[in-house]
Order: sequence, then structure tokens, then C-alpha cells
Amino acid sequence: MSSISASKQITDGSTFGDTLRRSLRQYGMLIALVVIMGFFQWRTGGVLLRPLNITNLILQNSYIVIMAIGMLLVIVAGHIDLSVGSVVGFTGALAATMTVTNGIHWSITIVACLLVGILVGAAQGYCVAFLEIPAFIVTLAGMLVFRGLSLTLLQGQSVGPFPETFRGISSGFVPNPLPSIMFRGDDLHTTSIVLSVLIVLAIFVLNTRQRQNQQRYNFKTEPAVMWLLKTILAAGAILYLTYLLSSYRGFPNVLLIMFVLIVVYAFLTNQTTIGRRIYALGGNVKAAKLSGINTERLTFLTFTNMGFLAALAGLVFVARFNSATPRAGTAFELDVIAAVFIGGASAKGGVGTVIGAVIGAFVMGVMNNGMSILGVGIDWQQVIKGLVLLAAVFFDVYNRRRG
Amino acid sequence: MVQDNQAISSIQTNLPPTSVGLSDKVILEIRGISKTFPGVKALDNVNVKVHEGEIHALVGENGAGKSTLMKIVSGVHPYGSYSGDVYFDGQVCAFKTIRDSERVGIIIIHQELALVPLLSIAENIFLGNERVKNGRIDWFQTVSKTRELLDKVGLHEAADTLVNDIGVGKQQLVEIAKALSKDVRLLILDEPTASLNESDSEALLELLLEFKQQGITSILISHKLNEIAKVADSITILRDGASIETLDNASVDEARIIRGMVGRELSNRYPERTPDIGEVIFEVRDWNVYHPLQRDRQMIYNVNFNVRRGEVVGIAGLMGSGRTELAMSVFGKSYGQRISGRVHMHGAEVDVSSINKAINNKLAYVTEDRKTYGLVLGNDIRRNVTLANLGAVSENLVISDAKEMLAALDYREKLNIRCSSVLQEAVNLSGGNQQKVVLSKWLFADPEVLILDEPTRGIDVGAKYEIYTIVNQLVAAGKAIILISSELPEILGVCDRIYVMNEGRMVGEMSSEGASQEKIMAEIVKLEDKEVRA
Repeated sequence: MSSISASKQITDGSTFGDTLRRSLRQYGMLIALVVIMGFFQWRTGGVLLRPLNITNLILQNSYIVIMAIGMLLVIVAGHIDLSVGSVVGFTGALAATMTVTNGIHWSITIVACLLVGILVGAAQGYCVAFLEIPAFIVTLAGMLVFRGLSLTLLQGQSVGPFPETFRGISSGFVPNPLPSIMFRGDDLHTTSIVLSVLIVLAIFVLNTRQRQNQQRYNFKTEPAVMWLLKTILAAGAILYLTYLLSSYRGFPNVLLIMFVLIVVYAFLTNQTTIGRRIYALGGNVKAAKLSGINTERLTFLTFTNMGFLAALAGLVFVARFNSATPRAGTAFELDVIAAVFIGGASAKGGVGTVIGAVIGAFVMGVMNNGMSILGVGIDWQQVIKGLVLLAAVFFDVYNRRRG
Repeated sequence: MVQDNQAISSIQTNLPPTSVGLSDKVILEIRGISKTFPGVKALDNVNVKVHEGEIHALVGENGAGKSTLMKIVSGVHPYGSYSGDVYFDGQVCAFKTIRDSERVGIIIIHQELALVPLLSIAENIFLGNERVKNGRIDWFQTVSKTRELLDKVGLHEAADTLVNDIGVGKQQLVEIAKALSKDVRLLILDEPTASLNESDSEALLELLLEFKQQGITSILISHKLNEIAKVADSITILRDGASIETLDNASVDEARIIRGMVGRELSNRYPERTPDIGEVIFEVRDWNVYHPLQRDRQMIYNVNFNVRRGEVVGIAGLMGSGRTELAMSVFGKSYGQRISGRVHMHGAEVDVSSINKAINNKLAYVTEDRKTYGLVLGNDIRRNVTLANLGAVSENLVISDAKEMLAALDYREKLNIRCSSVLQEAVNLSGGNQQKVVLSKWLFADPEVLILDEPTRGIDVGAKYEIYTIVNQLVAAGKAIILISSELPEILGVCDRIYVMNEGRMVGEMSSEGASQEKIMAEIVKLEDKEVRA
């Protein structure tokens, strides 16, 4: 086939309105996040984007973001996991029992906790995938079981504190062996700046290469101005946030963990056969099965992966609060599931993106943080968050119907 | 495909509607209806007159706008969402919902039955229209009225039987009984026989003729021209959203209708092919299968069959004769349990115990139910095409966007998939094009043996011809095809050799030369005679 006919075929039939609607659907939540941030930045008189607060925002939401990535896969596969909050509590309790009570080295504890998370996820995944028990029931049971087990492990007490190195997972910052830069009276954290410049360069190189590839194969590309604007905006946002963080203590360790997870899982979902098959399985399990896809194994893997990420979130959580409490992680599953849906995933499965879920988590996080600064009571915070979830999903359904 | 423009122009002159000699009273008139969906003009100045007491057939290719038109008449698309007017009994209809149209006596029965499986026949018939006394459901009246209605449609089932427990044919009758419970004046049936076997279809058509005697007007949407020839009084042809002509059934033949539908002469409904048949490449021996849920119910008994290189082998049989069960059990044990038997490929026994193994052994199964088993409807064409063979567009598990796109474009061109772009979601395609996407998916998996299960069900004449052409190209390229079909003319027109199945057994095998519909039916009946004697 000639490439000329290819380009003709791809570009026809798509009007400006289509493009606009598609990008609105694609960037809708990102725009909403920016608007929400703008609103709180204004109402809090600039407190929201202060370096300290931004750092807090990242630390506060890290465990939700980590779990939202796993939950995205579970929801795309057409299931749900209600047990993640309890698994966070359970792994935290396990870490405390091992390291604080029994003095086991923190590195062994971390490995053990992650393995336990994988086992927990595998056990639930086995029930869902191979025994064909509905995920809602399996993970509802898991929610009770692991909450109970964390109470047992901790015997109802809070256990802490953890060694300093262990706490570094969450509350630590990227070390700065390089000399600081002075900028407008701030000591800037050089390593973070170098890292972020590298990231921006990487984004620029990857975007350019993708665009060249698209043009080489005569795929439809967005107008050059749009593309450049988008790339510059993304780079600008990253550099600005880096500047804010660098003027405090630089990148938190957990930000790097999140960044790596987001990149890996975004790649997994977009570019690999495993990701593609999970979407197909969520979109139509029967057709996927008849296409030779091992749907049971994939379902099993998504739950196993969820268990692993919930355990990681559990470690980040105890490290941040420096003690394990029996009720830690209660109702986290609701925040995580809400984040995924706000991020545009479909409750029917087959639709959703990792980036969307992360944005969804930050929409919730910024609202929590902003309303707390404004002194909105926890009662009204819940009401507002509930309504935002409803509105976000309505927006999505409405868009799809017009579609 | 090249359109024959001369043929189009020759029939574009609108013939005046012929009188049908039943009643001169026009019960339904559709005047200048146009309807646009975002980006698509679905209907363009459609005019139809339906006379009282007639059976009016509505034909056209898939996507010609038949269903959209009927949705307007029945209020699914509310008044104001289209231009032009619908007159019923001389009154302009301004239906906001289906309820409004039902109030004046227009009842539509959709292609996909709208029954609740776990409710009884009586509950289904009066769903939304419950017989109520003092705020409570009056079960005596419900049941006695149901019995009356079931009598009328000739369905001998108890009123409290669950809809789940009766076959599709009987469910269709329940739908009609439901329509009758609402004082129907105009009954619209959208492909009512699409999923019925011959005898059930026959009974349904008889019923329509009976209703005609009682003065009920019907509009029948169907792809089956022989049925239309049998019952319709007049025939309106839609093409590309426009009403082309209304014909008097007494004065036309099938070829004339087909010409109107596709806008060109379709001299032969089955493309010519000179068979070039080689050695046996695929063979199934002593195949036995049991029902997936009922361990002791045998579905397939000692079946043997084979197919040669370059050959199209048909499997004929009635609905429920076990053809799909046979095909799916062979294809990676995707149906049934306690499966025994052997599968040979090029003379050597192969393991097809999982779908992956079957695909790796170059076997493909194209399902009869493309929406449930064939497509991920929410995904675009591109992703559907590559789904069964992602390995071919990826390296180390990483998918190459470019390779995938080129593969999709390639099949779009080869199979003439009509779409705005390969990024269009499969759900928005017409039936024929969806079928081509499913076929593309399996062709992309590069099989040697393809099992096509009812590949032309519910798709229009033009698309059928294209599917047959693809089949011919495949066997010309040395592939072997097993074609399962309930349409005997199709089996006879396309296959080189025909197996006949009944009640889970192979009951006959014949070369297509000298085969006829009668001979195939005779093989089926033979077994039933045997059973009676036994």
C-alpha cells in the first residue's frame, strides 16, 4: 500500500469539531485540575502553591496515587478491589511488627511486606479469575479479613517509631551532593533541577520522535502549533513545580517512586501486548477469550499487581506517619476508586488511562488540601468530594453519549 | 467495488406507488422525513404510504435507514429530532416517547427481543402495562388474559413458564402476544425471523397473514426476500437513507428487489470460482462433546469430518443441530466438557486443547455472534484487527503503533471495510462491515483452516456477495474453509462439499454437484425417521 493513500484514509472524516471534542474528553480532567488549583490558589491567597504545601500535597497523596495506578488496571479489566485500604493497614502493621517489635532489618521488612502484598493480591485474584467469584464479594471479604489481621498483629495498639532510614521512603528527600544554586534569594536544590531538566529533555526528544514517526507513516498529526504549545506547556509546568520544590527541600523520594511507577505503567498500558489485552478483556471478555487471550491469567495478574502496589502504598504510609495503627488505611479504597473514575475510567471496564487516574487522585488531593487550608469542616469536605465525583462521571457519560 | 452507475440511473426514476387492492385507506404516511445524526445523514426525504390492512415490507441494505425510520414512527426518536411528518390515520404524530405511539396502536418489535428472562410469560406480556385492581396486580386477570393471547398466537405454554425456559422462536411469539395485549393497529417487526429456524419462521409468517385477516396492518423489515415474496402486499425499498420505490409484490421478482436495494444488477448472487482442491489438510475424528453444564448430556456424537486445501466445505443443518457446538469445541475447547476425539493437521495429530494452541496450529473460528464473541465494540477497528495476533505487530511485548496501523489499513483495503477511519469504534459500523472486521482479525492471525459460522447472518445482499468473494480469494490462496450456514441456497452456492448435521451427528455428506435443498432436507429428515422407528 502506498503511504499517500494511507494518509488520505486516516485524515478524512474527522472534522474540527471531532478533534475538539476528542481533546476535551482527553484533557477535560487535566483542565479541571488546573481550574481547581487556580481556584484554591486564589481563595487561599497563594498558600496552595507554596513550596512547603506542594511538598505536603505530594506526600499526602502519594499512597493514593500508587494505588490508583493498580486500581486502574483492575477497573479496566472490569473488576473492583475493595480490600486495598485494609491491605495498606495490614502491610503497615506487618512492617511495624517486624522492624519495631522484632528488630528485623528494614530492608528485609520491605521485601517481606511487598511479597506478602503480592500473595494477598494473588489469593484474591485466584478467587476472582479461576474460582469465578465476583470481585466485589472476594475483595469485600478481603477488606474484613485484612482489617481483622492488622488488628491482631498490632493487638489494638499503635506501634512505632521506625528507624530513620525506613522513614526515608516517604519523608526523605533526594540527596543533594551538588552545590546549591542561589535564585531570587532561595537556595535551590541542584539535583532536583538537574533531574527535572533531564526529564523535560527526555519528554521533548520522545515527543519529537513520536511525531516524526507519525509523519513518516503518514498518520494524522495535530497541527505543529498545537503540538509545540502542548510540549512547552508541559515542560513549563514541570520546571515551575521543580522550582517550587527546589526552593524547599527538593524532590521527595516518594515523588521519584511515583514518577517511575507512572512511566512504567503508562507504557505498560499503552504500548505493550499485556496492556492491550487487559483493555480487550475489559471491553468484551468473551471476544477476548475467543481471540486466544488467556483472560483468567490476566485477571489474576491485575489483582496480584494491585496487591503489590497496595503493599507499597502501605509501606509509604507507615513510613510517613512513623507508626502503624490498627485503623490505618480505613476507607482508602473509596478515595482510590474515586480517583480512577474521576480520571475517566468506565465502570463497565475497558476504558481508562494511568495518567487519568493520577490526575483524578490529584483532583481529590488538591480539594482535600485546599478545603483544609480554607478551614472547611470535614463534613462539608465529604459532601463536596462526593458531588465532584458524581459530576466528573456525569461529564464523562454525557461526553460519551454525544460521542 | 465498482458501482454500476448506469444501472442506478435506470431505476432512479420514481415509479408511482402501485395500488395494492386491499383498502384505499392510508393508515400511515411518512412524508418527507429527514434525520441527521452527528456527521451522518441517516434519512433523506423519505416518503412511504402504508395502506390499512396490508403487510408492507421494508427492505434495504444494512445502513439504508430502515431501523431509523421505524424508530421515528414508533417514537424512539422523538418528534422534533427529525424533519418532515408522520401521519397516522390522517393525524400528524408528535410522539415524545414509545408510550405515545403505543397509545395510538403502533407497536414495534425490535430485532433484539426485549423480554426479561427470569420473569414468566404472563409477567413479561403485561410488563409496564400491569392488570391492576385496587393498587394490586390482579393475577387472575393477568393469567387468563395471557392464556387468551397465547391462544391467539398459537403458543402452547403455561402462563407462568419463565421466558428463560423457552426457545427463541417461542420468545418471539411472546413478544407478539405482548403487542396484541396493547390493542395494536400497526405492528412493526424488525427482522423477526433472523434468529428463527425454518419451521418457526414459517409459523410466524402464517401468524402475520392471520393478523391481516383481522385487519391488523404490519410493517415487516426483513433481509429474507423469499419470506417477503410469501407474505407482503407491497414492498418499499430504502437505499442510502432515501426511499427508492414502492413495488406491488404481485408484480415483482427477487432480482427486481435486489436491483432496487443495491442499485445495480446482481446477476449472480454467488461469485464464480473454479475449484482447485488439494490434499486433506484438516481432519477431525471421533469427536464427542458433552454439554458444559449438564455432564451427562451429550451434544456431539462421534463426528468425523475433513477439509482439503482450496476447498469450501459446508455444514448444513437446522438451528440447534450442534454445528456451532462442534466448531467451538474443536476450536480450543471453547465449548463443552468431556471432549474426546482427535484433530489432524496435514496428517499429523495436533493439540488444539486451548484457543492459543488452536490459533498456533493455524486454525481460526469466526463466530456467528459478532457482537458478543467477535468484537470489542468499544475499541477501534485497528485494535480489533490485531487482537488475535498482537505478536505480529509487537517486539518483546511492545506494540509498534506504525506496524499496527499499517496492518489495519491493509485489511481495510483488502476487505473493503467502509469506515471514516480505522480509528472508528467498531460499535458504529454496520453489520456487514463489523463482519469484515471480525474476518480481518482472523485473517491477520494467518490461519490455514477457517471455520466461518453463519458469516452472512443479518447482513445485506451486497455485503454477502463481498464475503463470498473473500471466501473465494482465500481458497484460491490455498486455505481451507468450513462454512456453517442455515441458509441452504448459500451452502449450495458457495461450497464444494456439504456435510449435513442433525441432533449432534453427521447424518450426510454430498458433493455440491447434484446436491439440492431437497436432498439436504431429506438427509435431515432421514434421521428423524430412524429415531421414530427405533
